[in-house]
Amino acid sequence: MANLQSFTEWIADYASVVSEQADYLTDLDRAIGDADHGSNMNRGMVKAAELAGAEEFSAIDAYLKKVGMSLVSNVGGASGPLYGTFFLRMAGAFADVAEAGAAEVGAGLRAGVEGILARGKAETGDKTMYDAWSPALDAFDEAVGAGSDLAGALRAAADAAARGRDATKDLIARKGRASYLGERSRGHIDPGATSSTLLIESAARSLA
Amino acid sequence: MKKLINDPADVVVEALRGMAAAHPDRLRVDLENRVVYRRDPIRAGKVGLVSGGGSGHEPMHGGLVGLGMLDAACAGEVFTSPVPDQMMAATKQVDGGAGVLHIVKNYTGDVMNFEMAAELAAAEAGTEVQSVVVDDDVAVQDSLYTAGRRGVGTTVLLEKIVGAAAEEGRSLADCAALATQVAESGRSMGMALTSCTVPAAGKPTFDLAEDEMEVGIGIHGEPGRKRMPMAPAKEVAEMLLEPVLADLDFTGDTGAIVMMNGMGGTPLLELYLMYHEVAQILEKSGVTVARNLVGNYITSLEMAGCSVTLLRADDDLVGLWDAPVNTPGLRWGV
Repeated sequence: MANLQSFTEWIADYASVVSEQADYLTDLDRAIGDADHGSNMNRGMVKAAELAGAEEFSAIDAYLKKVGMSLVSNVGGASGPLYGTFFLRMAGAFADVAEAGAAEVGAGLRAGVEGILARGKAETGDKTMYDAWSPALDAFDEAVGAGSDLAGALRAAADAAARGRDATKDLIARKGRASYLGERSRGHIDPGATSSTLLIESAARSLA
Repeated sequence: MKKLINDPADVVVEALRGMAAAHPDRLRVDLENRVVYRRDPIRAGKVGLVSGGGSGHEPMHGGLVGLGMLDAACAGEVFTSPVPDQMMAATKQVDGGAGVLHIVKNYTGDVMNFEMAAELAAAEAGTEVQSVVVDDDVAVQDSLYTAGRRGVGTTVLLEKIVGAAAEEGRSLADCAALATQVAESGRSMGMALTSCTVPAAGKPTFDLAEDEMEVGIGIHGEPGRKRMPMAPAKEVAEMLLEPVLADLDFTGDTGAIVMMNGMGGTPLLELYLMYHEVAQILEKSGVTVARNLVGNYITSLEMAGCSVTLLRADDDLVGLWDAPVNTPGLRWGV
C-alpha cells in the first residue's frame, strides 16, 4: 500500500533521477526539439521535491496538487502544463484516499494521463509521452487483472513504458516541436516518453 | 561556449535587470515574475496587450513594450515558454477595465501555458481575456499531422498594429478581430547560416557545415525544411519569397508591409543587401511595398541568418503602422 510518505518518496526519487539524467534528456531534445527538456524538468522537480520539506501535508491529494502547481509554475514549455496537469488530475483521484493499493494507484495514474490527453490532444503513435503512458496503463490493468499486487503492476507498467519509449524511435512526430521535422524526426527516441518512463520506473521503486 | 554571461542559470534575470537599468523612462520590470511592463500604469478603458514567450528572441517581446505597442511581456527561460503564473500576474496588472488580449505564438508550450493562464485569470479575477495565436511560418506544413505553423515574424508586425489600435481606444472585440486579420494576412520564411547555443545547454543546437545552410528554419534552432549548399543572396531571397508568395496573394492595391529580419548574428550590411534582393523580386511579382522594416526584431540568440515577412496591408493597417510608437526596439512618431 502507498501512503503520503510513499508519494513524497516517489517525487524525491524522480527528482534525483531527473537530475542525473538531465543532460541525457536535453540531448534527446536537441535531436528533435529545442534542447531544454532536461534543464526544464530538473528545475521543476527540484522545486517539487522541496515541497515535502517546506510544509506539512495531511493528505495525498493535497500533496499531489501542490506538486502539480509547482510543476506548472516552474517547468515552462509544454512539459510544465502536461506534467502539472498530470499531477493535478491525479490528485483529484486521491480525494479521501490515505492508503492506496493497486486499484487506487491505477485509477490515479489513469486520471492523470487523461489530463495529459486533454491538455496535449495527442494520440497513440504521435511520438509523445503518451506513447509511454498508454502501454503502461494497459500493462498495469492487465497485471492487476491477473492478480498482481501494486508492486507487480507498477513493474509491469514500467517495463511496458520502456518498450513504448523505445518504440517512439521509429515513429514520425505529429505533435509538438518535433513535428516540424516530419520524416527527419524518425530515428530518435522521444524525450517526453523518456521522462515519463523515468517517472513510472520511479513509481515502481517508491510507491509499492 | 563563448558568451557574455556570468552563470547560464542567471541569463534571463540579469538581462531583465539590464533592461530595467537601460530604460527606466519607459519600462518597469517585475523581476520576481519576469514581466516587463510599461512604466506608467494602464490608462482606464484601454485594452491591455500581453505577449511573451521564451527568451532569446530580443528585442521581441520585452523590447516591444511601450507606447503604441505591448503593455506587458512575460519572459520565459531561453526558448522556453513562460509559465501561467507570469501571464496571470501580467494580465491582472494591465486590465484597465476594457479586457486583455493575449498575443501568442503558435508553439505547443506557449499555447498551453497561455490557455491555462487565461482560464485561471478569468476564474480568479474575472478579467475578460481574448487570445490570438500567430502561425505564419510557411516552412511548416499546416496539417493535422503537425503542431501547425509556427508563429514568427508576423508577431512583431501584429504587436505594432494592434498596439496602435488599443492606444486609440478600440474595444477588446475590435482589437481581437484586427489581431486575427493581421495573423491571417502575414506569412514568413526564414533561413540559417549557423546554429545557436542555448546557454543552459552549452553547445550548438544543431551542426551546420561551413558550406551549408538550413532553409525553413524556426527561431529556436529547430531544424528547417531542408539543408542545402550555400548559395548567393539572390538565390536565397528567391528561396525565401517563393513559398511566401505562393501561399498568399500580396498584389492588392495597398500592397504589403515587408520585414527583413535578422536572426541575431547577421550584420545589417547583409540584411540591407538581402532587402534589396527581396524588393527587386517583389517588384517583379507585382507586390507594392507599402512599408518596410529592416533589422533584428525576432532573433534566435546568435544564429546567423534571416527571415522575411510579408503582411497584406490595407489602409487601416498602414495607418496603424504609422501611428507613434515608443519602445526600446521600435520607435517613431514621438
